Amino acid sequence: MASDLDDTRPTDATSAGPIPPAPARSSTAARPDRRQQRRSHLLIAVLCAVLGYAIIIQVRATDSGDALATARPQDLVAILDGVNRRGADLTAEIAELQRTLSTLRTGGASSQAALAEAERRAQTLAILAGTAVARGPGVSMVMTDPATGVTPEVLLAALQELRNAGAEAVQVNDVRIGVNSSFSGRPGAITVDGTAIAAPYAILAIGDPPTLTAAMNIPGGVGDTAKRAGGTLVITAEQTVTVDALRPLQPTTYARPAGG
Amino acid sequence: MYAVVALVIGVAIGLLTSPTVPDWLGPYLPIAVVAALDAVLGGLRAKLTNVFDAKVFVISFVANVLVAALIVFLGDQLGVGSQLSTAVVVVLGIRIFGNAAAIRRHIFKA
Repeated sequence: MASDLDDTRPTDATSAGPIPPAPARSSTAARPDRRQQRRSHLLIAVLCAVLGYAIIIQVRATDSGDALATARPQDLVAILDGVNRRGADLTAEIAELQRTLSTLRTGGASSQAALAEAERRAQTLAILAGTAVARGPGVSMVMTDPATGVTPEVLLAALQELRNAGAEAVQVNDVRIGVNSSFSGRPGAITVDGTAIAAPYAILAIGDPPTLTAAMNIPGGVGDTAKRAGGTLVITAEQTVTVDALRPLQPTTYARPAGG
Repeated sequence: MYAVVALVIGVAIGLLTSPTVPDWLGPYLPIAVVAALDAVLGGLRAKLTNVFDAKVFVISFVANVLVAALIVFLGDQLGVGSQLSTAVVVVLGIRIFGNAAAIRRHIFKA
């Protein structure tokens, strides 16, 4: 560097202050013969070619992105440190996201199970409340009343006997029996929940058929009572009884669900 | 001229062979290239002022490259390699600008 500085400045000085050194230079440039001049030209050409070659090498090396190969150890340490820190950050983020994922998965599974359970309970409650058609094993009874002696109390006794025996869904003629069903009226003009029913009374009950049948045939029970009233009771155990009369769903006026 | 032709030939060779930089040369090559550019511009300036001397050019070229590489090497040994590289590039850049300004004055007279 310093040598070049010294070289260029004096030549500038010679060009500025013209005569004395410039002729010396020109004379030294003119003195060598053609061969030596050609040799120096060749040398210059080689140097320029090397320069172009080196420029291309360096540009290629910079372009190819393997700057790490030529980086200094300190820079490499800094880069490695940064990469390590970034890797640690990403690892922590992965753990966080996996935790969130597992939370969501378990939450989704439990809410799905809760939904299925709620639906199952809703169906059960609909059957008990009489808002859904129920089908299953049970008994089909027909109580005739030729003497018009069957009172509402007889039917009520029959219903209570059925409930004691575990009947889960009951209908009398076309009226579904619910928790607040009532029998009223007088013999021959019995009403259930305000709906008049006429003899013969067809009672469908879903439950364990042998238990229900036995409950109806208890001595002094429903069968005997019906006979005393002048009627008959025919009980048929069936594998499939369909209780398809429905009760309207009455929205509660005062009571509200509390909590879960 | 022949120097420009030689430069183009060198570029062509580099493009065709697509070489890779040896590891030990990595930190020095950019500095050496900048130093050589400075020398070439200095030579062009001398040529335009009609004081060009082939011997001076060759020696300044080689010396520029060697000194620049030496400074960077020394800096690496002393642990201030990157700073000294920056320093060399700044100095050479200033000189390149100076030479370019002189060449511009000769060509455009401005």
